[in-house]
Amino acid sequence: MKIVKLKKENLFPFLESLSKEADLWAPVQKYENKHSFQLIKDFSQIDLKYTRTILPPKKLFLPPTFNMFLATEQGYEEDFSHVTKKILFGIHPCDIHGLLILDRFFQHVFDDPYYSKARQNTLILGHSCWPDENCMCKSTNTHIIEEGYDLFFSELETAYLVWIGSSEGDDCIRIKPGIFDEDITDEDIQIYIKWHNERDKAFQVDINFIAMPDLMELKYENPLWEKLGDACLACGSCSNVCPTCNCYNVLDKPLLNKYASEIGRCWDACTLESYSEVAGGENFREKRAQRLKLWYTHKLQAYISKYGKPACVGCGRCASTCPVDINVQTVAKALEGKDMDTFWNRLSKEVTK
Amino acid sequence: MNGENKCINQTNPYLPEAARIVRTYPLTEDVKYFQVRLVDMEKAISFKYSPGQFAMISVLGAGEAPFSISSTPSRPSLLEFCIRKAGTVTNAIFKLKENDHIGIRGPYGNGFPIESMHGKDIIIVMGGLGAAPLRSVLLYCLDNRDLFGRVALLHGAKRPAEMIFREEFFALKERKDLECYLTVDADDTGKWKENIGVVTTLFPQLKDINPSKTFAIVCGPPVMYKFVLKELIKLNIPKNQILMTLERRMKCGVGKCGHCAIDYIYTCIDGPVFTYWDVIHMKELI
Ligand SMILES: Cc1cc2nc3c(=O)[nH]c(=O)nc-3n(C[C@H](O)[C@H](O)[C@H](O)COP(=O)(O)OP(=O)(O)OC[C@H]3O[C@@H](n4cnc5c(N)ncnc54)[C@H](O)[C@@H]3O)c2cc1C
Ligand code: SF4
Ligand code: SF4
Ligand code: FES
Repeated sequence: MKIVKLKKENLFPFLESLSKEADLWAPVQKYENKHSFQLIKDFSQIDLKYTRTILPPKKLFLPPTFNMFLATEQGYEEDFSHVTKKILFGIHPCDIHGLLILDRFFQHVFDDPYYSKARQNTLILGHSCWPDENCMCKSTNTHIIEEGYDLFFSELETAYLVWIGSSEGDDCIRIKPGIFDEDITDEDIQIYIKWHNERDKAFQVDINFIAMPDLMELKYENPLWEKLGDACLACGSCSNVCPTCNCYNVLDKPLLNKYASEIGRCWDACTLESYSEVAGGENFREKRAQRLKLWYTHKLQAYISKYGKPACVGCGRCASTCPVDINVQTVAKALEGKDMDTFWNRLSKEVTK
Repeated sequence: MNGENKCINQTNPYLPEAARIVRTYPLTEDVKYFQVRLVDMEKAISFKYSPGQFAMISVLGAGEAPFSISSTPSRPSLLEFCIRKAGTVTNAIFKLKENDHIGIRGPYGNGFPIESMHGKDIIIVMGGLGAAPLRSVLLYCLDNRDLFGRVALLHGAKRPAEMIFREEFFALKERKDLECYLTVDADDTGKWKENIGVVTTLFPQLKDINPSKTFAIVCGPPVMYKFVLKELIKLNIPKNQILMTLERRMKCGVGKCGHCAIDYIYTCIDGPVFTYWDVIHMKELI
């Protein structure tokens, strides 16, 4: 792979020349210590010292709600208005892995054109990161990335090492060729290796994901699920923030004064009660414990069994979002039979007292 | 598991095709028959499906829902459905008349493993609306009679008036190459000449079953499965030759929306046809 160097002061001029062709999206601080991928109008808003955004980048490809087509008496008109030319800058390795999982999912058997077209129209410019106490990506082996980006920026002290991952990425470099330096010095390499080693040591969480499919199977009837179910608020937040959750609902919105409907879709969550309801009010997953089992089957078991790696990319969003401490980290530890000091464990002890 | 896109709209699997209702009439108090044809003739002719597959039907302003295709691919270009009134979409479908338009997309789902059933004896057990998906495979077997061994049909309904395709099945009783047994739980007409009792009371009629060369196909209300499966196991039919079609909530039909997930399979693409072994193997299936 080709690697070039870019001085830090040249980053914004480079992004500026790129964003003449497409909308630039990058992390900005939205609330105190809470970041979000936003459309950038003013480069000073970009905050690269972020750990994770509130919502994952899936919102750029399949927005929380959008229209798929207009249905009229005369026929159907496809609506791809959510597909615009975009540049996503500052995305971390775990989130790029998340997109690779969604790619596999949305292109399996039937290609989802609403996802694929948006994906084809977006340049992925990745950026290196530093873990906090909730980052689990070293355990999921998604802390490094070798594919799935057009350019990847590794931050050194005064410059970036820029990995060129695709032919489109190479075209970007050519827009402003003068600012990229092909000459990477031994000193640059030393700085990079040192940074890499220190980052490896900074991870605080270690989960044995490879053991999870077996444990999920063995502990399928374990009372721990009832404990989790009792604590879960069925709020659906974990699904909204997870970069690999894909579920949606379909909306039929009749237009006023016309015999026509906009057919749209919106994010859904399998932890919500209405999710598996069928005609006659029968519900295949009435209990919260059953719904959480489905969620964790997907994250910890299904994908590993099929593709040899978990559907969790270790971004830590569930850990920083769930109000009652239900997240891959606490659930994995509980499956391993470790003593837990989490909200739901304290809660169930209170209840059984 | 399954992996072929045979959807009529190749570039956008979510986009329906306009279809015209050719014929509709009531089958029972709350079930109606619909015969439809895609408006685009070329698409109507090239709509290829197998027995056991389903389609998504939409009505403008009401929404969309999955329905089994009740017709057989051996009689192309017209599609048949039988639809029970259950809620928003089905109520809207019930209001439609001949020549009205609906949206159709599909076919979806794995369907029955027809090819591995060739040369085998077939027992079809249906209860209530279970006749909707199983009529397709029944008619397919009858249209390709040489491809199969014995064909037996066991069909149960609550009352005579609730037996869907009643006349059609009575007519089939005349056929020498089909064993056709009909039953009702209770006869409130005093005119019912066939068996009275639940569908399992028909099993003694099945004589000299050769289990290893038999495929059994079951579809009916949830309560029916337990008892019918017991009978089939008593007959020693291998668990992977007992097939059933299952229902789940479905929004997309193409393995994307997640609503039909069980364990780690999606009923809409990996099903809706499963073997009894799948059911035992995957805890949540029935
Ligand atoms: C593969 C498959 C094949 C089917 N074949 C037939 C058929 O041949 N004939 C037939 O009459 N019905 C069939 N059904 C069931 C049919 O899809 C539902 O009756 C229909 O979705 C109800 O929609 P509605 O809008 O009228 O009801 P709604 O207004 O949606 O609701 C009534 C209730 O139905 C629930 N519901 C939503 N989707 C489904 C669903 N897919 N299955 C069951 N309940 C649902 C709702 O949550 C609600 O509780 C099939 C279902 C599946 C999955
Ligand atoms: S399960 Fe949690 S840590 Fe894993 S990818 Fe989803 S939100 Fe991130
Ligand atoms: S696990 Fe947590 S975030 Fe997910 S639905 Fe339950 S309470 Fe909400
Ligand atoms: S119906 Fe959408 S995934 Fe099966």
